[in-house]
Amino acid sequence: MNNISVKVGLASCGVAAGAKEVYNALEQYLKEKNKPVTLKKTACIGMCFEEPIVQFEGSELGSIHIGKANPETITQILEDYIAGKAPAENVILAEKTSGKHNALLANQQRIVLRNCGIIDPECIEDYEARDGYKALQKALSMDSNAIIEEIKKSGLRGRGGAGFPTGLKWQFCASENADKKYVICNADEGDPGAFMDRSTLEGDPHSVIEGMIIGAYAIGANEGYIYCRAEYPMALEHLKTAISAAEEKGYLGKNILGSSFSFDLHIKEGAGAFVCGEETALMQSIEGKRGMPTLRPPYPAVKGLWGKPTNINNVETWANIPWIIMHGAQEFRKYGTEKSPGTKVFALAGKIAGSGLIEVPMGITLKDIIYNVGGGMKTSNPFKAVQMGGPSGGCIPAEKLDTIVDYDSITATGAIMGSGGMVVMDTGTCMVDVARFFLNFTQNESCGKCTFCRIGTKRMLEILTRITEGKGELQDLENLEELAVNIIKGSLCGLGQTAPNPVLTTLRYFKDEYLAHIVDKHCPAGVCNALITYKINPEKCIGCTLCARKCPVSCISGQVKQVHTIDQSKCTKCGTCFQVCKFDAVTKE
Amino acid sequence: MANNIELLDEILAKYQGKKGSLIPLLQETQNTLGYLSRETMAYIAEKMHLPAAEIFGVATFYSMFRLKPQGKHLIRVCKGTACHVSDADSIKKAVLDTLQLSEEKNTTADMQFTVMEVACLGCCSLSPVIMIDGRTYGKLTPAAIPAILKQYATEDTL
Ligand SMILES: Cc1cc2nc3c(=O)[nH]c(=O)nc-3n(C[C@H](O)[C@H](O)[C@H](O)COP(=O)(O)O)c2cc1C
Ligand code: SF4
Ligand code: SF4
Ligand code: SF4
Ligand code: FES
Ligand code: FES
Repeated sequence: MNNISVKVGLASCGVAAGAKEVYNALEQYLKEKNKPVTLKKTACIGMCFEEPIVQFEGSELGSIHIGKANPETITQILEDYIAGKAPAENVILAEKTSGKHNALLANQQRIVLRNCGIIDPECIEDYEARDGYKALQKALSMDSNAIIEEIKKSGLRGRGGAGFPTGLKWQFCASENADKKYVICNADEGDPGAFMDRSTLEGDPHSVIEGMIIGAYAIGANEGYIYCRAEYPMALEHLKTAISAAEEKGYLGKNILGSSFSFDLHIKEGAGAFVCGEETALMQSIEGKRGMPTLRPPYPAVKGLWGKPTNINNVETWANIPWIIMHGAQEFRKYGTEKSPGTKVFALAGKIAGSGLIEVPMGITLKDIIYNVGGGMKTSNPFKAVQMGGPSGGCIPAEKLDTIVDYDSITATGAIMGSGGMVVMDTGTCMVDVARFFLNFTQNESCGKCTFCRIGTKRMLEILTRITEGKGELQDLENLEELAVNIIKGSLCGLGQTAPNPVLTTLRYFKDEYLAHIVDKHCPAGVCNALITYKINPEKCIGCTLCARKCPVSCISGQVKQVHTIDQSKCTKCGTCFQVCKFDAVTKE
Repeated sequence: MANNIELLDEILAKYQGKKGSLIPLLQETQNTLGYLSRETMAYIAEKMHLPAAEIFGVATFYSMFRLKPQGKHLIRVCKGTACHVSDADSIKKAVLDTLQLSEEKNTTADMQFTVMEVACLGCCSLSPVIMIDGRTYGKLTPAAIPAILKQYATEDTL
């Protein structure tokens, strides 16, 4: 029992699920019993749905991950593990035996997440021990053109959404002549329902930093910014720790690793505006202004931050760089497809069993992702659609699940690859409501510069709201399509240009549902409040009076032990009765 | 305002002459003073030799800046996609109901809580999610809300 170690996942999801308490219990136990066991912290291994997660290593049992750990039983499990007894509780991953989710992990390919959930993100030595900063050493011995060539050869495309070839972007910026250039990491991750960048930054900040240093060297920049949203306190903290550690070790600052190259890196906290994820708006925001997108060209590569040539990439794009430099473009191209090489990280959320973070080779089908990597649906409700690309993307229906994941195939469905958020929806989700949700979002977040984006999204939202309230007309559908075309044409930046996508894709694949709302005044998913009626089933109601007491408008009547009834004319459809009834007597139609 | 001026001067000195420092300066001011009052913004404008309209413009553009005093505990209710499809509406309602607040009135009379919506807290796998100050609560049900809020209420009466 020499080198036994225990690791607790302490990323945001883990902490929210109670991982700190588990860590504390282990710490106290080890102190009291004076056991020769190392207790370590790590971040997100991606199986967020099983948090808190604890890993045991070092006995003849091999590595074992326990899911849904709790402070009461975890010390006993540790004791058993030390004694060579395999834990009976929720073994989610096991090296030598069959863990519950071994198969889910086996279908992944980890390049970006190579260290996430394995290393302590606040410990630079952990990163170094897994070849960290070796790519930087290698890069510094290379000619900057050779680095750009290698990235071009790898075919890496920007992971922030648009999929622009990274090597080419670097080349544009490198070929500019200027006294000063900047590199930026876009960690604004505003797409609601996506958390790839958060997990990467929390779990392996050095991989992003190393990527940026290499990029800066290749381009000829000596200053950089990481623009991270303020809603990610842990990511910000880990970044700060990582930057200081990298400075101390000479990976950042003056004459990096004894070379003539110097590079300083700063963090900028976002202030809560989705549009600041757009590259030109982001740079305005760094300059301390309102984050309004500006017309391109000039592109940032020519005239970016403070008017200087600037190269901006997404978190995941940067995290790929050290791996590509270490292993070569050819190795990278072994994964993925011809036009979309490599892997993609996705954040699975919504009605999927295995919600969390995954990394898969491009070219895998959506079906494989959902059923073989994501573990299928969460409840017995069948799959309905998967939303990709957030407010700029769309809903892909069941009949398109054989679509493969690459930039072009996803675009062909009407959705976009986006940054990697995948929200899975089941039959309990109303597609008109989802479209309305996104339009509400973009309408709120429009910076207001372009009339079509500002007013057009508002009109679309009004129409959608009307439909969900049962006041829609058939003409509305045509109006929606017409508005969509105009907004796409009349908007300056990607926010406006893509804002109609959620409406267009739902109209394309779920027109029936729109028609049900408009013609039959019925919401098939039972979501749209105005179109629902709550009823009490006389067969099931035992007359416990609970609903009558809880109804905020007192519109339920009935004597004790007698069937209760709802006065529909007063009911506000708050759903309280539906929630409180313990006998499933209240139904929603 | 008098001792606020001292605090403000300290913050101003720290960012003096640094490029692009307006937003971090306002962030720190808000963290220190709780919110950005008109007087505070006017004072910053004067000291930074900027038009007050520019400061105001920046403060109103970003959702993080608050122009009104806020409660001691900030409750952020996630309204992101994953939370939305997991019925975040009912969570929001439970929070508002428990604190006797509404869409219009988002701070409690005793200045203990302010409720706001955010577009995603990045813990979508635990949806529906809320964050109180720095702490995230996930896999919520409306029934779980009163007990969670109570912790913050008692903590302060102690
Ligand atoms: C409204 C809007 C929001 C965006 N938000 C993000 C974001 O949060 N993160 C990101 O990396 N890119 C975002 N982008 C894309 C960026 O403008 C830019 O294309 C990207 O950062 C480039 O990096 P890449 O080539 O590595 O993908 C957004 C674009 C638009 C139009
Ligand atoms: S399209 Fe919308 S968000 Fe983009 S610049 Fe125009 S108004 Fe602003
Ligand atoms: S709570 Fe359910 S069982 Fe009780 S009176 Fe109401 S409908 Fe009947
Ligand atoms: S939905 Fe609300 S208002 Fe209507 S009967 Fe039930 S509790 Fe009363
Ligand atoms: S946050 Fe812990 S596994 Fe994802
Ligand atoms: S959608 Fe609520 S945490 Fe992401």
